[in-house]
Amino acid sequence: MDWKVVYSSLIATMAFGFIFNVPKKAIISGGIIGMIGWVTYVYLSTYKIETISSTLISAFIVATLSQILAKYQKLPVTVFSVAGIIPLVPGGLAYETMRYFVENNYSFAIKYATKTLLISGAIAFGLIISGVISQLVKKG
Amino acid sequence: MLKLNDIMEVCLLAGKVMLSFGGETYRVEDTMTRIAKSFLIGETYSYVTPTGIFLTLQSAEKEELTKFVRIYERSIDLNKVTLVNEISRQIAIGQLSIDDAKIKLKEIENGQPLYPVWVQVVSSAIASGFFALMFNGNWNDYLPAFIAGGLGFLLFILSHAIIQVRFFTEMVASLWIGALAYFIYFYLGLGTNLDKIIIGAVMPLVPGVLITNAIRDLMAGDLLSGLARGAEAFLTALAIGAGIAVVLALF
Repeated sequence: MDWKVVYSSLIATMAFGFIFNVPKKAIISGGIIGMIGWVTYVYLSTYKIETISSTLISAFIVATLSQILAKYQKLPVTVFSVAGIIPLVPGGLAYETMRYFVENNYSFAIKYATKTLLISGAIAFGLIISGVISQLVKKG
Repeated sequence: MLKLNDIMEVCLLAGKVMLSFGGETYRVEDTMTRIAKSFLIGETYSYVTPTGIFLTLQSAEKEELTKFVRIYERSIDLNKVTLVNEISRQIAIGQLSIDDAKIKLKEIENGQPLYPVWVQVVSSAIASGFFALMFNGNWNDYLPAFIAGGLGFLLFILSHAIIQVRFFTEMVASLWIGALAYFIYFYLGLGTNLDKIIIGAVMPLVPGVLITNAIRDLMAGDLLSGLARGAEAFLTALAIGAGIAVVLALF
């Protein structure tokens, strides 16, 4: 495992906490959640697991950890999950999509656009699964 | 006996602050209902969309009152959302009277953000640099992404103060980021991957909060707000993409 993956995701997520005005006591824990999510994603990707599945799993982990910490620190869930999700957002793919559109390379652009959409969907689904499980836990 | 009007005012103020600073729809409805329930015996009905709040309160004598507030400005300040959340909890356990709650909510509404602008600009610069590293850039890409991301976010804040059209300022900011990255890469000779630099520098503008809130709204059954926020996120992404596309097309 490359250490660059660990510290860059930790610092980047914490910096995002400042941009979103996250309360001070949630900055470090939010950063750690983002780091765990991103490290999971990179780890799964090195084992040749499809990007969409690894995004889904990482988003699920980020959301679940956020729910647990939110309960523990008595803060809204958003405070933790918002910055933690950011590294998983397919910014790079969206950029490639735009670049191919500009270069009039539509077949590649559509390919990348589809992938961007599917990955966003995977993030959504990861959040949804985690939300449903937490509701079940609360009821049970 | 408390007046329905006073309760209404506190509920709407709490909802308004929460909604305009990035709270999810179900949380806004929950908060307003919780506050109302701690003062009233009757039913409360709320309907929250990203651009406005409807609230109906009913007293024990079946007296009813309905009001509406319009939300014009939406920004992200999760600290304010947290503070309002705490106030609603205090009201629910009876620690806060309605007049104190009103004063405190007004303070939160008009208060400064938790972190000053320069902290936000510096953190977006740092975030941009490390995002360039995260997306397989190397240390040579750190400084260009740092500069482009920081100055890009600064322009975004400055132009937002002048032009209130969000999507336009986002496009201008991403255009400026693209142009800066090009300048640093080609004329100053810094950095090895232009793509990584631009992606990293654009990240602070990416509508991450909107996306997660949109999903959470849809999940909670607030279909209309979910779709509205989704549309806002999509338009923001499109604005950023268009800004970068213009730069890519020009050079």
